[in-house]
Amino acid sequence: MIVLIKRPTPSRFWAYTTPLLAVLATMIAGGLLFAALGKNPVEAIKVIFWDPLFGANAAYFRSQLLVKAAPLILIAAGLAVGFRAGIWNIGAEGQYIIGALCGASVALAAYPAESAWLFPAMVVAGLLGGFLWGMIPAALRVVFGTSEILVSLMLVYVAQNLLAYAAFGPLKNPQGYGFPGSRNLQQYPSAHNPELIAGTGAHWGVVAALIAVIGAYVLMHRHIAGFRIRVAGEAPRAARFAGVVPARLVVTCLGLSGALAGLAGLFEVSGPNGQITDSFNAGYGFTAIIVAFLGRLHPLGILLAGLLMALTYIGGDMAQLMLGLPAAAIQVFQGMLLFFLLGFDLLTNYRIRMTGAHA
Amino acid sequence: MTGTMLLDIVGLRKAYPGVVANDDVGFAVAPGEVHALLGENGAGKSTLVKMIYGLVKPDAGTMRLMGQPYEPAEPRAARAAGVAMVFQHFSLFEALSVAENVALGMESPPPMRDLARRIREISTTYGLPLDPARTVGDLSAGERQRVEIIRCLLQDPKLLIMDEPTSVLTPQEVEILFHTLRKLAAEGTAILYISHKLEEIRALCDSATILRGGKVVGSCIPREKTARELAEMMVGGEFAATDRAGRSLGAPVLEVRALSLAPMSQFGPALREVSLTLRAGEVLGIGGVAGNGQEELLATLAGERPSAPGTVILKGAEVAHLGPNERRAMGLLSAPEERLGHAAVPAMSLTENTLLTGTIRRPLIRQGFIDMGAAKSFAEEIITAFDVRTPGAHVAARALSGGNLQKYVIGREVLQAPDVLIVNQPTWGVDAAAAAAIRQALLDLAAKGAGVIVISQDLDELMEIADNFCALYEGRLSAPRPTEGLTLEEIGLMLGGAHGMTDVLAKEAAR
Amino acid sequence: MILGGIDIIVLSATLMAASTPVLLAATGELIAEKAGVLNLGVEGMMIMGAVGGFAAATVTGSPVLGFVGGALAGAVLAMVFAVLTQVFLSNQTATGLALTLFGLGLSALIGKGYEGVRPPPTPKLDLGPLADIPVLGPVLFSHDWVVYASLALVAGTWVFLRRSRAGLILRAVGESHDAAHALGYRVIAVRIAALAFGGAMAGFGGAYLSLVRVPQWTEGMTAGAGWIALAIVVFASWRPERVLIGAYLFGGISALQLQLQAAGYAIPVHLLSMAPYVLTIVVLVLLSALHRHGAQAAPADLGRSFHAAR
Repeated sequence: MIVLIKRPTPSRFWAYTTPLLAVLATMIAGGLLFAALGKNPVEAIKVIFWDPLFGANAAYFRSQLLVKAAPLILIAAGLAVGFRAGIWNIGAEGQYIIGALCGASVALAAYPAESAWLFPAMVVAGLLGGFLWGMIPAALRVVFGTSEILVSLMLVYVAQNLLAYAAFGPLKNPQGYGFPGSRNLQQYPSAHNPELIAGTGAHWGVVAALIAVIGAYVLMHRHIAGFRIRVAGEAPRAARFAGVVPARLVVTCLGLSGALAGLAGLFEVSGPNGQITDSFNAGYGFTAIIVAFLGRLHPLGILLAGLLMALTYIGGDMAQLMLGLPAAAIQVFQGMLLFFLLGFDLLTNYRIRMTGAHA
Repeated sequence: MTGTMLLDIVGLRKAYPGVVANDDVGFAVAPGEVHALLGENGAGKSTLVKMIYGLVKPDAGTMRLMGQPYEPAEPRAARAAGVAMVFQHFSLFEALSVAENVALGMESPPPMRDLARRIREISTTYGLPLDPARTVGDLSAGERQRVEIIRCLLQDPKLLIMDEPTSVLTPQEVEILFHTLRKLAAEGTAILYISHKLEEIRALCDSATILRGGKVVGSCIPREKTARELAEMMVGGEFAATDRAGRSLGAPVLEVRALSLAPMSQFGPALREVSLTLRAGEVLGIGGVAGNGQEELLATLAGERPSAPGTVILKGAEVAHLGPNERRAMGLLSAPEERLGHAAVPAMSLTENTLLTGTIRRPLIRQGFIDMGAAKSFAEEIITAFDVRTPGAHVAARALSGGNLQKYVIGREVLQAPDVLIVNQPTWGVDAAAAAAIRQALLDLAAKGAGVIVISQDLDELMEIADNFCALYEGRLSAPRPTEGLTLEEIGLMLGGAHGMTDVLAKEAAR
Repeated sequence: MILGGIDIIVLSATLMAASTPVLLAATGELIAEKAGVLNLGVEGMMIMGAVGGFAAATVTGSPVLGFVGGALAGAVLAMVFAVLTQVFLSNQTATGLALTLFGLGLSALIGKGYEGVRPPPTPKLDLGPLADIPVLGPVLFSHDWVVYASLALVAGTWVFLRRSRAGLILRAVGESHDAAHALGYRVIAVRIAALAFGGAMAGFGGAYLSLVRVPQWTEGMTAGAGWIALAIVVFASWRPERVLIGAYLFGGISALQLQLQAAGYAIPVHLLSMAPYVLTIVVLVLLSALHRHGAQAAPADLGRSFHAAR
C-alpha cells in the first residue's frame, strides 16, 4: 500500500525538480497524443521544441520567442503576486483586451497627429484601462464580498463583446473598405511600438516584462510587503495578525495584475498585432495562468516558464504547418503540462512511502 | 480473570516514522468499571484510543472484547461491537441539526421523527436536556458534548470512551457529567476515561493505567493516591512549582471600556460591554469555556479588528482605531491560541516567522527591505532563551511539536519587551515541562513591570499565576476578583454555571 | 401576445430550453460543492460533454446515446480532477482552471472532424392534448425529454440531499471532513463520487447544447455557460430549488437577448450579447450584499483538501 506522509518542511529539491519532471512527463504524454493523431511523436516533439531554437529558420523563430513570451511573462508576473495571496484573478484576458482598447483609442483619437508624447500617453491609458477593469472585481469583493473568481471571469466575456463592438463600430477604420478592424498602428509612427533591436523581436513590451520580473522578485522576496502577501496566501489569519488589511490586499493584487495585463495588451496592439480586431485576443490571459503555476509563482521561474510556453506556441505553429498537427493539440499539450505540474507538486509537500500489506 | 474482562489489551504497538506512539501497551477493563488512561500530552493516549475505536490499525498486539478477538477495521465495526466514543473535538457538524448529528453517528438510525423522540427520552433519563431540532453551531460547548454522549448512548454501548471530556466544561457541568457517567457504570457500561486532570480522576475512576512516552509505566487505584503522587507517575519525576514572588502592581497600562463587537463568524459569539483595567506588573487571568469570546477578545485587543472610539486605551492613549503593528509600536503584543495558522505560518521557517510580529520593535527590516541575517539571529535568540527544541531556525513551524512551537511563539513576543502582553491558551496541548517554562516566563515578564493578560480554560493555571480573575461567558466579562481565596465553586458560577441546567441542579440539591 | 416586438409565449417557451444546459451543470456542481469540493472546471467538463455527446450521437445515430456519451465524457474529465485533488491533494482552484483550459483544447481537437455536421434530431415529446392548451401548452408541454429530465433531476437532488441518508453523509463530509472521518465515513470516496456526478451532469448539459440548442459543434461553444453554472450555485445559496430559479433567470435573459436581436432593435449585437454575463455579475453582487451579514450557506469545508493525519 502507498501512504502519503506530510513533510515537516517542504522539500526544496522537489520544488525545483517538479517543473522539469512535469515537462518531461508532458513530452511523453504529448508524444502519445501525437502518435494517436497519426504523427511521428519524436518528429513532432523535435519540431515543437528543437527546430524553433536550432533548426533551419531558427533566427526568425528566436525573435518570435520574445514577442510571444513578453505578454505571457508580463501578465503572469502580476497574476502570481495575487495567486500567492490567495486572490484569484482569472480575468487577465479581459484586462488585456481593455488595456489594448484604451491604448488604441488614445492613438486613434490623436490620428494623424505626430507627437513624442503619444506613445507614453498610450502606455498610461493601457495601464489604467487594465487597472480599472481589474478594480471592478476588487471593488465588488471588498464592498460586497462577491467572488473575484467569477466576476473577473465574467468580465472576460464582457470585454470580448466590447472588443467586437469596437472593431465593428466606433474604432472601425473609415478607410478599411467596410472590413471590421481599426487602422493599423504599425503604420502610425508615433503610436507604433517598434522592434527596438533589429532581429531580436524585443519591443517595449519585452523591456516591460523584464522590469516586471525584477520588480516582482524584489517585492516578493526582499520586501516586507511581499512577505505579508505570501503570509496572506499561506495563512489568512496570521496575515491579519501581522497587520495585513484584507481589503487593501485585494485592491493591490487585482490592481497590479490588471495593470500589467493592460500593459501587455497595449504593447501587443501597438506592436506585433497592430490593430484592434474582434479576434485580437489570442488567449494570453489564460495561458499566463499556466505560466504562473509552471514558474511556481516565482518571478524567475515565470521568466523561464514564459519562454517555454512561447516555444510551444511557435513550435505548435510549425508543427501545424509542417506536420498538419491541429492547433488545438498544442492547447491540450499546455493543459497536460499544468496537470502534471499540479500532480507532481505532491512530492514537494508529501513523502511517499510503500508499506507492507500487513498494515 | 481474563474471561470476566470486557476489554483486554496485550502488547499493543503502533509506530509512525520517527516516533513510536505506543509500545507494548496492555491493560484490562471490567464491565461497569470506570478506567482512567492517564498521561501527558504526547504520551500516546489518543493513538491508543484510536486503535480501540478502529481509526488506526495497530502494528502488533491483540485486543479482546468480551473474550472475543477484536480487530475493528473501521469505526463502524467498533460501533457494531459495542464500543462508542465521545471525542474531544472534531466530530460534530455545526451546520447540521442535533438529530442529524446523532443520526450520522449511528449505524442504522430510525426515521428522523422517531429519532427526535428517542433523543428527548434519553436526554431526560440521563439529565442532559437537548432539543433535537436545534443547529449544533448554536449550542454551547457543554451542550455539544451532550450531543456526542447521547449519540453514544442511543447505541447501548458496552464500552464508552471519553477523550478529555471536561476540558470544555464548567465545574458545575463536570458534576452533572460525572453523575451521568456513574449512573451508566452502575448499569454495567464500562467507561474508558482519558484525562490529565488528576482531581477528576481521583473523584471518578475505579482504576487507572498511566502512560508515559508511549509505554505503560504503572497502574493504580486513583483514590488511594494523592494528586501529587499521580502527577509524578505521569511526568516521571519531581516537577518545579512556579515562582510568583516579587511583584507589585503599578499604574494602569491597558483599559478597556464597554467594548462591544459583532461576531466574527456565523456561529461565533459577540463581545458585549467588556470592561477591564490591567495594571503594570499584574497578571490578569480570564477564564471561561472556549467559544465564549476568547478568540474575539484577543483579536480585538491585538488590533486585528477596530472597535468603537474610546473603547481601548493603552498607556493613556486611545488605540481603538489602530491596527496590530501600530499597537505593537506602542508596546502591546499578543499571542493567539491557534499556533499553526494564526500565531505562526505553518510552512514558513522559524526565521521567517519572526517577521510576522517582530519587525516593529526589532530591527529586522530597513526601509521595508528584509534583513534575513537579523531575522535569523532573532530566531536563534528565541530558540536559545526559551529552550525551543529544533534542528535549527530554518525548520518550518509545522515541524515543531506543540510545546516547542508554543515556547517559540511566547518567546518571540516576550523577547520584544512588551508593556502589555495578551496570551490565549498559552499551555493548551503542551507537555508539563514546557507549560511550566511558559508560565514562569509570563510571571517573570510581569515582575519586570509589564501587564499580562492570560486567557485560559485551565482554571488551575489561572489560580497558579494570576493576581486577579475575570470570567468570560457569552461575550460578557465579569468584574475581577483577587485569585487568593477564590473557590472552584465560585469560579464555576462566574463561568455561567451549568447551561440551562439550573432546575436539574436544584433537584440534585433537594435529594 | 406581442410586447415591443417580442412574442412573450415564444420567449417563455424558449426559456426552458435555453436554461436546461446550465441547470444540469449547476445541479451537478451543487452536489460536488455540497461534498466540499470546489470544481472550477465546469466549463471544461461541459464542453467535453458537448463534443463527446455530439460525436457519440453522430456516430451511433442515436441522440439518447449521444447524451450518455456526453455525460460519460464529462465524468471522465471530472475523474482527472478527482485524482489530482483527492489523491494528489493538488490545489482545487488551480486544478479546476487547468481542467477548463484542458477541456477547451481537447474538445477542439476531438471536434475537428465534426464541424458543419448536423446531429440526429431530438424530437419534442408528444404530450397529446396537453400541448394544445392555449399559452400553457406551448410554454410548458412542447419540449423534448431532456427538459423534463432536468427538472426531475433537480427534484431528485432535493430529495437526495434533504431526505436520504446518503445525502446526509454527503452534506456531513462537506461540512467537516475531519468529523466525518472520525465517525468512519470515507471522505475521499464520497467526494470522488460527488465529482463524478457533477462531471456527468455538466457533460449532459454540454451535450444538450450541441445536440439540441444550437444544434451543431463549434469550437468554444459553451461560451462561459460553465462559469455561469458556478455562479448560479453561489446565487442559489447551495439549494437545489434555488438553482432552478437561478438557471431559469439566466435562461430567460439569454432567450430575451436573442429575441431582441431578432426583433431588429437598434442596439448593437455585441452589447446585447454581454447581457447574460453582466446580469450574472449583478445578481452575484446583489446576493453577496444581502448575505453579507446573514448566514453563509457555503459548506464549511468547501475547497479544502483532506488528508487523514495519523
